[in-house]
Amino acid sequence: MRELRAGYGHTRVLHGIDFAMEPGSITALLGANGAGKTTTLRALCGMVSTEGEVRFSGESIARRRTEDIARLGIAHVPDGRGTFLNLTTEENLRLGAYVRRDRRNVEPDLERVYGYFPRLRERRRQQAGTLSGGEQQMLAVSRALMLAPKLMLLDEPSFGLAPLIVRELFNILRRINQAEGVSMLLVEQNAAMALELADHAYLIETGRMVLAGSAAALKQDDAVRKSYLGY
Amino acid sequence: MDALLFQVLAGLATGGIYASLALALVMIYQATHLVNFAQGEMAMFTTYLAWSLISAGMPYWAAFVITIALGFALGALIERIVIRPVENAPVLAVVVVFIALLVILNSIAGWIYTYTIKAFPSPFPKEPLFGIRYMSAHELGAIGITLVVLTTLYLFFRYTPLGLAMRAVAQNPQSSRLVGIRVGWMLALGWGLAAAVGAVAGMMVAPIVYLDPNMMGGILLYAFAAALLGGIDSPMGAVIGGFTVGVLENLLGAFVIGNELKLTVALVLIVGVLLVRPSGFFGSVHVSRV
Repeated sequence: MRELRAGYGHTRVLHGIDFAMEPGSITALLGANGAGKTTTLRALCGMVSTEGEVRFSGESIARRRTEDIARLGIAHVPDGRGTFLNLTTEENLRLGAYVRRDRRNVEPDLERVYGYFPRLRERRRQQAGTLSGGEQQMLAVSRALMLAPKLMLLDEPSFGLAPLIVRELFNILRRINQAEGVSMLLVEQNAAMALELADHAYLIETGRMVLAGSAAALKQDDAVRKSYLGY
Repeated sequence: MDALLFQVLAGLATGGIYASLALALVMIYQATHLVNFAQGEMAMFTTYLAWSLISAGMPYWAAFVITIALGFALGALIERIVIRPVENAPVLAVVVVFIALLVILNSIAGWIYTYTIKAFPSPFPKEPLFGIRYMSAHELGAIGITLVVLTTLYLFFRYTPLGLAMRAVAQNPQSSRLVGIRVGWMLALGWGLAAAVGAVAGMMVAPIVYLDPNMMGGILLYAFAAALLGGIDSPMGAVIGGFTVGVLENLLGAFVIGNELKLTVALVLIVGVLLVRPSGFFGSVHVSRV
């Protein structure tokens, strides 16, 4: 991603962000409220108007349509979870696999997802709107997984969840990353949790990238510690 | 007692037609959150196309199938050409577009086919079917066709991936894009399906009310009443509402208020539902904080 600029209407939110991700790695995007983390993810998916360059596996994807970007294998777990509230849990999951060509792998994948999140299997026929916040977050991650993605964009998966659930979710994210080789771009306000999970991390402040490095290095950085980790 | 049964059954026959049109309204409403005032005129226009085909010597059922296909194409085209550009326009602008569509379709039909009333054939025999003397063959056949259409739609939406994708788009377009669904095409498909259902309703009602450019005016009012009664966002409610309105209209017309005031029933129902229970019997209640 190079010189990425994006915004809503006339409001420019990102003022030129450069970063790169290695395949199979987990990258965390940290920053305060309003820094432009969510907008960065939306820009990657063509959900906001953007300038600059975005490449995915060598292919330029800037200014492509959201649905075409999803078809390339980029699964976005959006801010607010994006649950189809009136559909059942299982229908939500099947929608995740809607664009897949390898239809015969969908059933085994469904089983695998239920393996990661057994709670969803119990609730498979239930309306997704009746699930708890944690379950809906699991559903959102699972729906993204059903795309058989190469890259997952996770927008604050910890938002509104109890600390215990967050820990469980992050453990499963790590397992998914290791077992499936899915790259993950993680946006988080919970910097401590994010740095524990991620290999690399970037810090955004008011639409600009201010710091980059390995997660371990950022954890030791004085500024990060003071502002985002609180010690 | 015989008279009562007769009125109830006749009500079910017209009720099925209201149910189809109400379902078409609900399908568009779910996708756009607006009521398509031109739904009736779209149905009327496709019925004229069927009339042209039949007049040109085509067998009824061939014309029936082709008309459904033409109706589908008409609906999808209207979505792509007329509705797409006003996708993000304010509500009132879209309502005006719907009304413009209504007037345009009505005038084009009048221009091509004139406003003279025409007879439209029924595919069913003159003699009662299966020796049932309470209903004409056409009424019974119309009920049958309506049920086939409704069942097909139910199975399509419930059990096919495409149907699931269309339901997803109606609920959450943004999330649908994120899983790779082509939202624009799904909306066009929804309009096409609604128009196709309307075409069937038009062909089933035309033998009863005769063919003229204003034939769907009253029918659309009953369909509005049916859709509102069932809940404007509930397909099942629209169907039940359609049959209820059909029976109610017939019974009140025959025994209570007389045939001249029948259409008033629809208007009273619309106002009554909006006053007492705006979400209808099966609709969901939407609460938003302002």
